[in-house]
Amino acid sequence: MNARHIGERILAVEDITLSFGGVQALAGVSFDVREHEIRAIIGPNGAGKSSMLNVINGVYQPQRGAVTFLGEKRRHMEPHRTAKQGIARTFQNLALFKGMTALDNIMTGRNLKMKSSLLAQAIRLGPAEREELRHREYVERIIDFLEIQAYRKTPVGRLPYGLQKRVDLGRALAMEPRLLLLDEPMAGMNVEERRDMCRFILDVNDEFGTTIVLIEHDMGVVMDLSDRVVVLDYGKKIGDGTPDEVRNNQAVIDAYLGVQH
Amino acid sequence: MIYRENGQFKTSYRADQQIFPILQDRAFMLGLSALALVAVPFGASDYMFRAILIPALILSLGAIGLNLLVGYCGQISLGAGGIMAVGAYAAYNFFIRVPQLNFLVVLILAGLCAAFVGMLFGIPSLRIKGLYLAVATLAAQFFTDWLFSRAGWFTNYTPSGSVSTPTLTMFGWAIDTPTEKYLLLLGLVFVFALCAKNLVRGHVGRAWMATRDMDVAAEVIGIRPMYAKLTAFGVSSFYLGVAGALWGFVYLGSWEPLAFNINLSFSLLFMIIIGGLGSILGNFLGTAFIVILPLLLNRIPASIGVHLSTATVSHLESMIFGGLIIFFLIVEPHGLARLWSIGKEKLRLWPFPH
Repeated sequence: MNARHIGERILAVEDITLSFGGVQALAGVSFDVREHEIRAIIGPNGAGKSSMLNVINGVYQPQRGAVTFLGEKRRHMEPHRTAKQGIARTFQNLALFKGMTALDNIMTGRNLKMKSSLLAQAIRLGPAEREELRHREYVERIIDFLEIQAYRKTPVGRLPYGLQKRVDLGRALAMEPRLLLLDEPMAGMNVEERRDMCRFILDVNDEFGTTIVLIEHDMGVVMDLSDRVVVLDYGKKIGDGTPDEVRNNQAVIDAYLGVQH
Repeated sequence: MIYRENGQFKTSYRADQQIFPILQDRAFMLGLSALALVAVPFGASDYMFRAILIPALILSLGAIGLNLLVGYCGQISLGAGGIMAVGAYAAYNFFIRVPQLNFLVVLILAGLCAAFVGMLFGIPSLRIKGLYLAVATLAAQFFTDWLFSRAGWFTNYTPSGSVSTPTLTMFGWAIDTPTEKYLLLLGLVFVFALCAKNLVRGHVGRAWMATRDMDVAAEVIGIRPMYAKLTAFGVSSFYLGVAGALWGFVYLGSWEPLAFNINLSFSLLFMIIIGGLGSILGNFLGTAFIVILPLLLNRIPASIGVHLSTATVSHLESMIFGGLIIFFLIVEPHGLARLWSIGKEKLRLWPFPH
């Protein structure tokens, strides 16, 4: 952990305001993320955490504010453009491709990097096949890393929940992202699955140097894993800093951890 | 006991990614090919060729095309017959206007015309989904029905509106006997089915399936929905166009616009639903089911000595046919292809229960 070098800031969100009809999901939220760090977003239900991730990767367009990623400032962005820039994400309620095997699900993460034409794929001799095999090799490394070798040919719909979460993470990792957004990676897991997932997140951050933004409800996990924490409540930022700073912030304690009697 | 994969270890990813990774499957396919190439041409009667084999091969090609779109990309289409008509009329026009073209070139060009029209009618899929899209694709069906019966240019101004094709020749070889037609179709269907299988296990196939299963997640991964949907419409329509050209030239010989009406679209849709959505093998099983079953139903009363009027037989046929479709959809909604793979799973363990 100590060898890890926190770098320059690679992501900055400024004054993001997002509302759906009359409901305000985010109101003027700003924060930044530095390279190689693990940044947590916490807050009560409905605080706007998932909406924030959706703004960062372009699924939602904010009414006001801008996102700067790797020096490129933008307000409107299509999700596939942000994917190309190197932002990957996992989903809170699994969004795996149910009819496909675990292997194929992770292989879709490589789609942006695969270039052979329709005709070359239809004939599949020479370059198209070599490309497929090259990416298969990369995906197999991810499968080894996540310890799901035995399930690679199983349709993901038949896998238990904990393993589906791993496939979801694998699919995001296959994109070789600069920035990885994790939306409640440990929700609904038992203790062992949680421990495994924590290990994976730390390893990804440590070995690949991937910057991670994570939403999580388990305070123990958040305080242990993250370098800095953003606290949202009713769409507003009420705290920002290291886990210790956030823990001692009176506004955070009142709003989120509960008022002490 | 025979169907086991014990001891068949894969030492490379290439070996693991074969279409038939299990030795016994390869042997079975080899046997089937030998049967189709050697035994059938000598053994089958003229009736077998004309009534079963030739239409079944062409329709299975069309079914593959429709399955790429509906089964793999999840875009329901009711316009398959219309796209086949585009292929057939395009081939006809290339054939009579540029007679020096080889028939294979004509087929490819017809496919490309159909692909263009298919993509045009696929544009609504960028905004609408599911049943609404199905209704929108009906437009392709009605538009082509109207176009080819009203615009005389496409039928070369024949007064009756029906067109007929001359004898096919390819590389100086006249294809006029049923056996020759069968062999030509067998070759074409083999190549096209292989290409389809390759597409669906390549990255474009994964992009289609991702769009089908969870379109938001697909977009987040970097799959452009427009690219995935329009390529699916394009490739699917290419296949349908080629199938339409073959249906006109090889099976019908002469036809009028009614030959490609909405009944054909529905038949193709039934084939892929019964055969199995999202399966290449399923197309062949579904087509066989739809082509052979009516013929069997037609013959059963006579063969067991019950004499019924032709009208009664045809009514009974429709009723039993409809009943069987419902039965199948309830018992195995994933089609014959799923039954086939369940059978194989069971066979791996046989004679043991686990």
